[in-house]
Amino acid sequence: MENVPPGLRESATFDRNVIHEIQRAAATGVYDIRGWGAKRQLPTFDDLVFLGASMSRYPLEGYREKCATDVWLGTRFSKKPLHLDIPVTIAGMSFGSLSGAAKEALGRGASAVGTSTTTGDGGMTDEERGHSKHLVYQYLPSRYGMNPEDLRRADAIEIVLGQGAKPGGGGMLLGQKISDRVAGMRTLPAGIDQRSACRHPDWTGPDDLEIKILELREITDWEKPIYIKVGASRTYYDVMLAVKSGADVVVLDGMQGGTGATQDVFIENVGIPTLPALRQAVEALTELGLHRKVQLIVSGGIRSGADVAKALAMGADAVSIGTAALIALGCNDPRFEADYRKLGSAAGFYDDYQDGRDPAGITTQDPELESHLDPIEGGRRLANYLRVLTMETQTLARACGKSHVHNLEPEDLVALTIESAAMVGVPLAGTNWIPGSGGRI
Amino acid sequence: MCGIAAFFTKSSALEPHLGAIFAPMLDCLTGRGPDSAGFAIYRDPVPDGFVKVVAQHPDRTCDWERVFESAGVVDSIKRIGSHAVCVMQGDADSIRQQIQTSAPEVALMSVGGNIEIFKEVGLPCDVMRQFDLRSARGSHAIGHTRMATESAVTTAGSHPFSTGSDLCLVHNGSLSNHNTLRRNLRREGIVFSTDNDSEVAAGYLTWRLLCGDSLESALHAALSDLDGFFTFAVGTGDGFAVLRDPIACKPAVIAETDDYVAMASEYRSLAHLPGIDGAEIWEPEPAQVYSWSRKSEMHLAAV
Amino acid sequence: MKTLDLAIHPLREVNQQLHDLMSDDCAHPVEILNPKGAHAIACGLRVPAHVSIRGHTGYYCAGMNERATVTVYGSAGTGLAENMMSGTVRVTGDASQSAGATAHGGLLVIGGNASARCGISLKGADIVVGGSVGHMSAFMAQAGRLVVCGDAGETLGDSIYEARIYVRGRVASLGADCVEKELRAEHLSELTDLLRSAGMDAEPTDFRRYGSARSLYHFHSEHSSAY
Repeated sequence: MENVPPGLRESATFDRNVIHEIQRAAATGVYDIRGWGAKRQLPTFDDLVFLGASMSRYPLEGYREKCATDVWLGTRFSKKPLHLDIPVTIAGMSFGSLSGAAKEALGRGASAVGTSTTTGDGGMTDEERGHSKHLVYQYLPSRYGMNPEDLRRADAIEIVLGQGAKPGGGGMLLGQKISDRVAGMRTLPAGIDQRSACRHPDWTGPDDLEIKILELREITDWEKPIYIKVGASRTYYDVMLAVKSGADVVVLDGMQGGTGATQDVFIENVGIPTLPALRQAVEALTELGLHRKVQLIVSGGIRSGADVAKALAMGADAVSIGTAALIALGCNDPRFEADYRKLGSAAGFYDDYQDGRDPAGITTQDPELESHLDPIEGGRRLANYLRVLTMETQTLARACGKSHVHNLEPEDLVALTIESAAMVGVPLAGTNWIPGSGGRI
Repeated sequence: MCGIAAFFTKSSALEPHLGAIFAPMLDCLTGRGPDSAGFAIYRDPVPDGFVKVVAQHPDRTCDWERVFESAGVVDSIKRIGSHAVCVMQGDADSIRQQIQTSAPEVALMSVGGNIEIFKEVGLPCDVMRQFDLRSARGSHAIGHTRMATESAVTTAGSHPFSTGSDLCLVHNGSLSNHNTLRRNLRREGIVFSTDNDSEVAAGYLTWRLLCGDSLESALHAALSDLDGFFTFAVGTGDGFAVLRDPIACKPAVIAETDDYVAMASEYRSLAHLPGIDGAEIWEPEPAQVYSWSRKSEMHLAAV
Repeated sequence: MKTLDLAIHPLREVNQQLHDLMSDDCAHPVEILNPKGAHAIACGLRVPAHVSIRGHTGYYCAGMNERATVTVYGSAGTGLAENMMSGTVRVTGDASQSAGATAHGGLLVIGGNASARCGISLKGADIVVGGSVGHMSAFMAQAGRLVVCGDAGETLGDSIYEARIYVRGRVASLGADCVEKELRAEHLSELTDLLRSAGMDAEPTDFRRYGSARSLYHFHSEHSSAY
């Protein structure tokens, strides 16, 4: 440990991190902006375990007995729904927030295993369209780079109301990352701090969203699935309204969801964790009789095949990864330790995506730093990670006797804590007790 | 979020056709509000000393005679679907209180001299058919199609809301401080039956009117006290008013001719109106109270 | 002249016929009848067709227009020509909120008044308004030009980037970082061209120019109240 004299007592309220932050605020007069999602301890999928096969349930043989993993997205209204090979997609992250090499790596890796990537707040690059077999095009309040040609060459359209890191907030990209190319795509002067709108410019509310969705469908001749992405907040109502507005797919991002740059207080104090949000979303869809007919993609802190399997068991159709995908590419890799130290950080702690000085070459626009990421190697690593996620999910699903990962159900799960039992609506392990089941939503 | 509409006849000429004109306005707004619908129709004014009460109960075998007789002297009861319209002797406020006390199982829709409010869960076309809106006659109508946002889809949660005599309100938007307002208004004696933000807006207006404000001053005060996004259409015994919040994201279009004033969330809803091609069509300004009544021309309240 | 009647054909069919037009079909103008406030009419066009719409339109008329010339003989609802890329969209009457929102190129001409948020988040298109514009017009406008022959409502050009605004009448108030700027020869020339393209008869020297003070381009804590 550190060389602190014995007998000293740290305050739980004003611990060293809090002291550091107060003094930083006093020095700069600016709120702390960082990348990554909520870092504080939260109820997560770790609090759930599966009830594997036993006397009453029989498992499937690994390797020989099929456990299918494919998923159809956008079957409700669109003429050309997406058919993905695995129920894990790459979440929306902007070119600008990420380097070109990173976006290329994500595209290569996702395409190698038959899944989709998503553009972000800055528009679609030709490279991304070229490298992604399935590409979801985000439609955001800023409308940076939005154009009908890209709308037509996308495979799906994702209308973004918000993201888990900042439900109610708009995009942010600081001057050091607004390179000439990024500036050109966003119609901004190079090197300035980008301000972004938090509301869409030409509609507010689900009643007008319905008309906006009509317009987007008309422009694309009803071909593309329309996703609606919300940050987890009043999830039950949000999902109801997304469905009523006409969504084909709902994308739900919990507070653990990452960001390229947001105020720390926003990340840590607004929005709810993925776990309770997911349960609310499934409840809303079930009540409307549309579970599995309007598909649900969930993101925010998905790390392993266990998380994927648990999310599917709770009723999601697929999950999306952002932070985990960047880590697979090399973000926070210990081999960059010396560089992190020079930046005042350390491997495992680095979250200063907003600075654009990422030694791994992922969240930077600096060409020299970007060269640290080989997109082909990165794509290979991402594909490996996605394959492991899929195999892990299948292993758990087979152990529960499922021939398709979508046949996982809430009754395959029990909770290890009272909070997670209440949030998820499954019994505390070893008991019949679901806390709070007397109250509504 | 929702669709709202209002139609006000400037003279008695169009009164026989009120329902036939108004029903398609609401029908057009089904996309904005498929969950439930409701309307206030102002017709058949009762003589002095009498009030008209409309109440609802989901069970068609409800003993309406008992319900109304427990509150006062009944003159007539007419059943329409899940609702009952009763003319009785007395004054609006005491009758309202009496029914709330003696028959809490029924939902009180409206009380007044000429207002009748009907609302139900279901598609607007079905709701309108249930209450025979198309053949109705009257001086003016205010209506609403609902897409429920933060509260449940129920009959009681549908608009219009009425918390005062001959007064009703429909709302498109979302208030952000309605919980605090509701708590404060409860302390002032206003009674709420739902957790709906729009009911709070109606209760707020009732409270201001009870404090002695004119409708226009009450709406003007709403601009300071209510937070969030709203377009309101408010009905009174002899007229109606429209108000949009200062940011004015929620839509509103008004059409006026020598014979009528119509308001709706979308122009589409007005497109079929008689004489629409020659009508003056405009959008109300934000934070500006507009009101019309049979007694006066369009009035822009000083803000 | 090809006529498409929305009283007979559903919107999907009308829009599909417009989308199926090839570049060499565009010699023959298209007329759309009975819009009656319908939404998304003639959106997503991408050939140099000439489309006339007889009556009032609903939301997002000519949304994402590319290369086509669309004229509304009536008034238009929210989001007229939103995200237009090129071409020309005209409305003889009034335009509702967010007219020309996020448009990248082309020309939008509004004969009457535009309501709130005209040219919001503008990204390079030109908007010329014969009447007045409502509040929050040119909010976060990044590039392009907005010309208003009448008055402008509250908080004009709030958080504006590099778009240029010309107003002939009264400006109720200016938004954060939007200031009046000198009208020099090159601006008069630009304004003359815009007014001529729009077919508006107005004297350029009667206008005042507004644009960004550029003080919000880098975050400083002293300016935090403007964010």
